[in-house]
Amino acid sequence: MLKITKVSKTFNLGTVNEKKAIDQINLTLDEGDFVTVIGGNGAGKSTVLNLIAGVYPIDCGTIELAGENISLYPEYKRSRLIGRVFQDPMMGTAADMGIAENLAMANRRGKKRGLRWGITQHEKETLKKRLEKFDLGLENRLDAKVGLLSGGQRQALTLLMATLQKPKILLLDEHTAALDPKTAKKVLTLTDEIIKEENLTAFMVTHNMKDAITYGNRLIMMNEGKIIFDIKGEEKKNLTVKDLLQKFETATGEELNDDAVLLVKD
Amino acid sequence: MTGLLLSLQGAVAQGIIWGIMALGVYITFRILDIADMTVDGSFATGGAVCAVCIVGGMNPILAVLLAMVAGCICGFITGLLITKFEIPAILAGILTQIGLYSINLRIMGRSNLPLMQSDTVFKSISELTGLSAAQASLVVGVLVVILVIVVLYWFFGTEIGSAIRATGNNERMASALSVNTKTTKIIAIMIANGLVAFSGALVTQSQGYADVKMGVGAIVIGLASIVIGEVLFGNKRGFKLRLTSIVVGSIVYRVIIAIVLRMGMQTDDLKLLSAILVGVSLALPVMMTKRKQVNLYKKLTGKEGK
Ligand SMILES: Nc1ncnc2c1ncn2[C@@H]1O[C@H](COP(=O)(O)OP(=O)(O)OP(=O)(O)O)[C@@H](O)[C@H]1O
Ligand SMILES: [Mg+2]
Repeated sequence: MLKITKVSKTFNLGTVNEKKAIDQINLTLDEGDFVTVIGGNGAGKSTVLNLIAGVYPIDCGTIELAGENISLYPEYKRSRLIGRVFQDPMMGTAADMGIAENLAMANRRGKKRGLRWGITQHEKETLKKRLEKFDLGLENRLDAKVGLLSGGQRQALTLLMATLQKPKILLLDEHTAALDPKTAKKVLTLTDEIIKEENLTAFMVTHNMKDAITYGNRLIMMNEGKIIFDIKGEEKKNLTVKDLLQKFETATGEELNDDAVLLVKD
Repeated sequence: MTGLLLSLQGAVAQGIIWGIMALGVYITFRILDIADMTVDGSFATGGAVCAVCIVGGMNPILAVLLAMVAGCICGFITGLLITKFEIPAILAGILTQIGLYSINLRIMGRSNLPLMQSDTVFKSISELTGLSAAQASLVVGVLVVILVIVVLYWFFGTEIGSAIRATGNNERMASALSVNTKTTKIIAIMIANGLVAFSGALVTQSQGYADVKMGVGAIVIGLASIVIGEVLFGNKRGFKLRLTSIVVGSIVYRVIIAIVLRMGMQTDDLKLLSAILVGVSLALPVMMTKRKQVNLYKKLTGKEGK
């Protein structure tokens, strides 16, 4: 489904701020893979995700998605294939537009936009049904401006928007990090359900090791722009937080330093 | 007294046709969230193209349409500078505007071009209906403005229109939903300047001449109309009313000008008055929004516990 080959990214090349964020990464995801990604601050998790989404161009290598070489595609063209939920709940929705309007925008992801109505009455009914399933209590507030919603509601709405048109890959970058624990849990459960239900291929960055173990069928650990650990299937199911900390030590040859401490254990 | 009434009638008629310009400014300023300085140039371009065509014997309606196309081209250039070459929006607009000054002079071949005895839309209407020139201007203005508002209302409800609104509201979100935000920005700036030139062409026909300086300060007048409309109507209403409020704002602006002129204000001081009017009107809602924002923050934060 997704094939990343020898991709590197250096920020601010040739300046004092030069920073190799991604170093010759190779990664292949199969259809239906739900990968959780962990690593310390600055490990390059968000950067990988942004490189897939086309937020900034890659320096070298290739990215293939659903058999298409998207290495040189601009962001908007890639998002025909990609669904995304950002860390910042404000980022994924248009605050001054209504809930239904936001959903209708998402409903046209990957489709040609023309001079037909931006939202039809029939479509509104369908969207309402989809929203009902999410149980956010928003189905009767379709015309309310999204700016009036709470962070958690906006994040759940973004999740629905990202999956309304089935994406080839769903990219989640700590999408529950800005929410309070209870809301975070709810959004995470919704995420898991929708990924299973629609059999989506997903890539989820998290700082929570327990979540990383609980969810998905595959786990990747990153450090200094490299993938240092990649585990799947049965082996992943039996993983513990202690194993992960151990793996981190053996892979990096470092004690539990500040970076690792930044990973939340439960 | 009749003098005052007449000048007020003239002010309303002017407000209506300048209101079309303000609708254009609204598209860039409020929907796209950029201040497009092209307007001062493209307004005169509209006037210049229209004047040259009419003097050359063209049908006045056709001349207006051509002026509109010219305005769209002006907008396209600014749009290209902003999206393709990533020049900051304000600077891009200024560049086009400055360039247009020379181009407008070239189009007209001189700095002021009177229409003389040529036909204009307003003349034809007043001949057809027997209305006075001022009344004809009023009637034509109202009909055209209604048409423009209906078309804009429709357009911004379509898929492309929605994509433009999303681009202005949250560009990253639009990109993530496969909207080519470069294209949507260019389309919006083109439509905006098309309307501005449209207005410039009508103003030319109504005043009987085009002048290379006729667009100076147009952006400020457009902004004044928008903010006056917002102060009068609030900015939370439906889109149709929102558009109407801008035209009303434009009329109110003209009426204010007419009144202060009658009260003995010098024409030269008008620009200062306009600037102060816009400055104050822009500052007021910001202060109000800030207060609201603080209240909203308190409310939401209290609820979310974060
Ligand atoms: N746009 C950018 N410009 C310059 N440097 C950047 C940029 N984005 C990321 N970096 C740098 O690249 C490195 C990797 O950053 P990245 O955001 O991918 O880390 P991360 O693993 O997501 O960390 P975190 O857990 O803190 O989110 C960091 O050193 C960061 O400073
Ligand atoms: Mg990150």
